[in-house]
Amino acid sequence: MAVASNTGLGRALFGAALGLFASTSIAANAAEQITFVSQGGAYQKAQTVAILDPSAKKLGITINQDSIPDAWPVIKSQVASGKPIWDVVDVPTGYCLRGGEQGLIEKLDFSKIPNAAAMPEAYRNPYSVAYEFYSSVLAYSQKKYPEGATPNSWADFWDVKKFPGRRALRNHPIATLEAALMADGVAPDKLYPLDVDRAFKKLEEIKPNITVWWTSGAQSAQLLNDGEVDMVMAWNGRVSALTKEGAKVAYTYNQGILQSTSLCILKGAPNLATAVKFLNEAVDPVHQANLPLHIDYGPANPKAFDTGVVKPERVAQLPSAPDNAKKQALMSYAWWASPDGEAAEKRWVSFVQK
Amino acid sequence: MTHSTPDLSLRHHRREQGLMLALASPALLVILLLIVLPVGWLAWQSIYHDGFTLENYRRIFSEAIYWRSFSLTFQISLLVTLLALLLGYPIAYAASVVPKGWSVLILALVILPFWTSVLVRAYAWLALLQRTGVINQFLQYLGIIDEPLALVHNTFGTVVATVHILLPFMVLPLYATMQKIPHDLMQAGASLGGSPSHTFWRIFLPLSLPGVLAGTTLVFVLCLGFYITPELLGGGRTVMVSLLVSRNVELYDQWGAASAVGVVLLLGVLVIFLIVGRFIPLDRILGQK
Repeated sequence: MAVASNTGLGRALFGAALGLFASTSIAANAAEQITFVSQGGAYQKAQTVAILDPSAKKLGITINQDSIPDAWPVIKSQVASGKPIWDVVDVPTGYCLRGGEQGLIEKLDFSKIPNAAAMPEAYRNPYSVAYEFYSSVLAYSQKKYPEGATPNSWADFWDVKKFPGRRALRNHPIATLEAALMADGVAPDKLYPLDVDRAFKKLEEIKPNITVWWTSGAQSAQLLNDGEVDMVMAWNGRVSALTKEGAKVAYTYNQGILQSTSLCILKGAPNLATAVKFLNEAVDPVHQANLPLHIDYGPANPKAFDTGVVKPERVAQLPSAPDNAKKQALMSYAWWASPDGEAAEKRWVSFVQK
Repeated sequence: MTHSTPDLSLRHHRREQGLMLALASPALLVILLLIVLPVGWLAWQSIYHDGFTLENYRRIFSEAIYWRSFSLTFQISLLVTLLALLLGYPIAYAASVVPKGWSVLILALVILPFWTSVLVRAYAWLALLQRTGVINQFLQYLGIIDEPLALVHNTFGTVVATVHILLPFMVLPLYATMQKIPHDLMQAGASLGGSPSHTFWRIFLPLSLPGVLAGTTLVFVLCLGFYITPELLGGGRTVMVSLLVSRNVELYDQWGAASAVGVVLLLGVLVIFLIVGRFIPLDRILGQK
């Protein structure tokens, strides 16, 4: 990051000294590098090995990295300053969409991103392309629900007679409203536009049985691991991490809500052309297939499953594997970014508070 | 005495004031740069977003969630303050009457938790209070309860942990005041025939009131802005004002919507200070002169 900001400053001074004419040559110089931002931790390390380093090598560019848990406020302030430092960000897909609508994110020319153009249409939008998938799944304690008596759908989660026990849901409407509607009988592929009233009504039903509305992924895992709750909606990676540590917990992809983070480019990014080249490379099937070898997230490019890089038993564990994806609902970020989606989000606090 | 003497002392006084101002100026500058300007900027954002707007305030006063959160926050803060006073008063009293060595030990025990982060203490309470936690398992082992009690992920857990965290802020001002109450007064009262409880109620308690007011004000005001504890121990239902502030940043995408909530809370705190200030000079609360 230090390197990136130094060169940024150098470029600015250089540009100021030489004036407009120089700026073309600067762009040519700078085309050798980009600044890429993700969320840090094990996740960013896995990407570095699987995607970033191989892409940099193949394109012959330098990828400067930065990380931040929540990039949104920084994206806003960098673009507002008129001189963004970051080029490519890996953020929840909703941010790319909202940012695009607010003029903070570049519109993508998919003719320059052939790898993305081959991906399912639902995995991309005018501003971004999906980068990796995770899923909000129904997870449960195997001590409480042994083999043969396990909850397998949101209807089961809502059925407190057949499956007595304590429950937790995320303290956020995204994915939770989807689960409520599926519990009420809506098919996973018929969810959108969400019937918000119906979803909240169904949630009122389960509310007395919700012990905790969790706020962080770590908390959801801790609740299940400590036996504080018996059933929880959690992110698949959090549950599989518990399983690896030997915890008696399991989850089902059935009716999971398939969610993604996406790559998008800041408006006025200093290295736009290189950033686009990188975007294409990042969703290359082989790089994408590398990712699940290092972390429990699924590739965003389905072609990754044809490369043979991922072993069949590993494929079966991944949220975006075709067989698993079939059982799940694909989150519509476009709906959540719409006025109806925003209104639903605002309604949430009032719901948990009462 | 001639006329010139008061003038001289006045001039001397002024010079001293000037010196004090000069000495204080670095601290004042820091406060200006790090507190007054940012808070002012945030307050400005709450009324100015592409033109003047009172939208952020209209929302606070018209939507029920804000009223519910403010009322919950004030209720929790009152409860926490009361509990901290009930627990803190005997501790401070004990520390002020026992021999020096013991009082140092008592105060050390009060201050010790300060060295542990609020986050760690919140998790420690989680380990104690949760379903499979120490307290529930012990009670079940003794056969007192069959089913674990719901001690956390609710308002109860939030209040317990908050009282624990804020207790030193109650004990220290109480101790500072009590320690200065001359013991001769109680002895004099006793020599005139007052029973121990009578001298306590009539002499000690009234004299300790400035400490009570200082401690309760500090604890109450600090509690109003608590974030980590309700977030981790409140189970998602205990939506205090601080949680609304962070939610508004996410939801409305601009600082103004969040800072308006902060401004309303700040004004609320100032009103409390004003009311308290009518009963006792604020410098006694803050300066303990």
